[in-house]
Amino acid sequence: MGVLENIIIIAYLALVGYLGFLGYKKTKSTEDYLLAGRDTHPFIMALSYGATFISTAAIVGFGGVAAWLGNSLLWLTFFNIFIGIFVAFVFLGNPTRKMGYRLDAHTFPEFLGKRYESKFIQIFGAIIILLFMPLYATAVLIGGTHFIALYFHADYHMALLVFSIIITAYVIAGGLKGVMFTDALQGSIMFIAMIILLIVTFNALGGVSEAFAKLDHVWNVTVVEHLSNIGLKELKPGSPDFMMKLSTLWGFEGWNKMPQFLSNGWLFVITTITFGVGIGVLAQPQLIVRFMTVKSKRELNRAVLIGGVFILSMTGIIFIVGSLTNAWYFEFNEGKNALQSAGSIGKVIPHFINTAMPKWFAFIFLFALISAAMSTLSSQFHTMGTAVGRDLIEQISSKKDLNSTLITRGGIILMIIFSVSLAYFFDKQPAIIARSTAIFFALCASIFLPSFLAGLFWKRVTKTGAIASMLTGFVVSAFWLLFVHFKEAKALGVCKALFGTNSLLSGKIIFVDALVIALPLSALVLVIVSLMSKASSKEHLKVCFGD
Amino acid sequence: MGSFDFGVSLAFWLTMISTLLCVYYGAVNWNRGASSEMDKTVEHWAQEEQKIEEEL
Repeated sequence: MGVLENIIIIAYLALVGYLGFLGYKKTKSTEDYLLAGRDTHPFIMALSYGATFISTAAIVGFGGVAAWLGNSLLWLTFFNIFIGIFVAFVFLGNPTRKMGYRLDAHTFPEFLGKRYESKFIQIFGAIIILLFMPLYATAVLIGGTHFIALYFHADYHMALLVFSIIITAYVIAGGLKGVMFTDALQGSIMFIAMIILLIVTFNALGGVSEAFAKLDHVWNVTVVEHLSNIGLKELKPGSPDFMMKLSTLWGFEGWNKMPQFLSNGWLFVITTITFGVGIGVLAQPQLIVRFMTVKSKRELNRAVLIGGVFILSMTGIIFIVGSLTNAWYFEFNEGKNALQSAGSIGKVIPHFINTAMPKWFAFIFLFALISAAMSTLSSQFHTMGTAVGRDLIEQISSKKDLNSTLITRGGIILMIIFSVSLAYFFDKQPAIIARSTAIFFALCASIFLPSFLAGLFWKRVTKTGAIASMLTGFVVSAFWLLFVHFKEAKALGVCKALFGTNSLLSGKIIFVDALVIALPLSALVLVIVSLMSKASSKEHLKVCFGD
Repeated sequence: MGSFDFGVSLAFWLTMISTLLCVYYGAVNWNRGASSEMDKTVEHWAQEEQKIEEEL
């Protein structure tokens, strides 16, 4: 490693340290520690929201999936921007901010608990976070650590410890202010790296139109002609050719084309990837809490502009570049496609960066990946800490004068130790951790989304309706993930152990995401039970809605 | 983008339009909605205090 690289690493760590310290200096109260004082700058808020949302897995994992399945994944980018930014900020952001202030809520479970006057809801929300977010955090932690270990030729366990200690320091000290300040820095690095990646890729392929046009030819040569006379069973499971053959059997016809309507591939792209992640984002506790960190609607309005551009530059660019890696490899690697060249889906983006990009950019991109991991992790640790401290211990404890900041700090330490221990022992990512992001998104949407939306906009919704909806969402999505969905049920192995089969159902239905089944049922239960139960008092509604 | 089929083209252009919508919305409303809940609460307190003082 050169002197310049060392200087850049030290400067980055110093800057992260300084921003963590700034967060610490500016944290004077519980509200500062848990909600960044409710006066965050829109630039910081938008970048923090985006950087928290986009983890290393979103860049490397989804980039690899785009190399496999192509530009149909742009549907997710559309959902990320339209649902995840525009709808979330314009329609949900301000009502959440106002109601959160009126109810004096500091966390997402507390928001729901106070909206429905239910300690159970707050504790249940915290338990869901504490059960499933550590797995999600562990996946991000393992992903980030592997890149550090690979680049610096360091031992995985040592890299994990150093990486964790750095994040722990600024999350514990700076609270949400420290988290959001560093998120903004990390989001900026990610933004710059992705723009450079796009420009260099198009440049290498001779321009925008030329680059996309090459994909059809590469598909015809490396997939259609190469694999048309070979059966799936003749190929080694999981091998590049196996995956490409599988994609054709799923209904994919090219990297520039949508899979056949209602084919297995179409259901996977639309329900699991687009709906699962695109809608699931609306119910992520660590993101919703950011709406409560700004002072007024003006900050949210400004954040829409910044957030929209930021997300386009993240998933939009990585999906396009992921697909285009096929054209690059075909041209510069003896007529092979991306999977054939890199070996597997997860290796495409790192391999492409190291092979196709200049060395100086590989270093910048590493920073972008570390930043993506750190920004997601710091928010996850903070959210888990608040779930332990504010939502669980404070609710269960009989003492009324507990120090929220102190308990939350304790909770953060506890959850970091738990997540890091998981990452320490499971560096090979067992299936439950590898699928944890999808599991967490599906569960959060099915459990929280109907109650969250109804709590904001429907005065007739009741506490009983919300509890019934949350329990329904939990049970149905857990059932679907454990016993039906082709990816999670197989990966988790419970169905196989109990019934000797990977899924209790068969046919196209097993390609449908848990969210698509559980979310409508959860919403339906919410409406029916609410209409059958006693409405909230007028006094409480006045507090919630302010009119 | 001429290589995209209808479904992918639709996703691409919806992505672009959504981004432009975010930019347009943010730019047009850049200075709108400055009054915060905290401001309103403080105003409300001030009004109540004034009312109590007048009554006294």
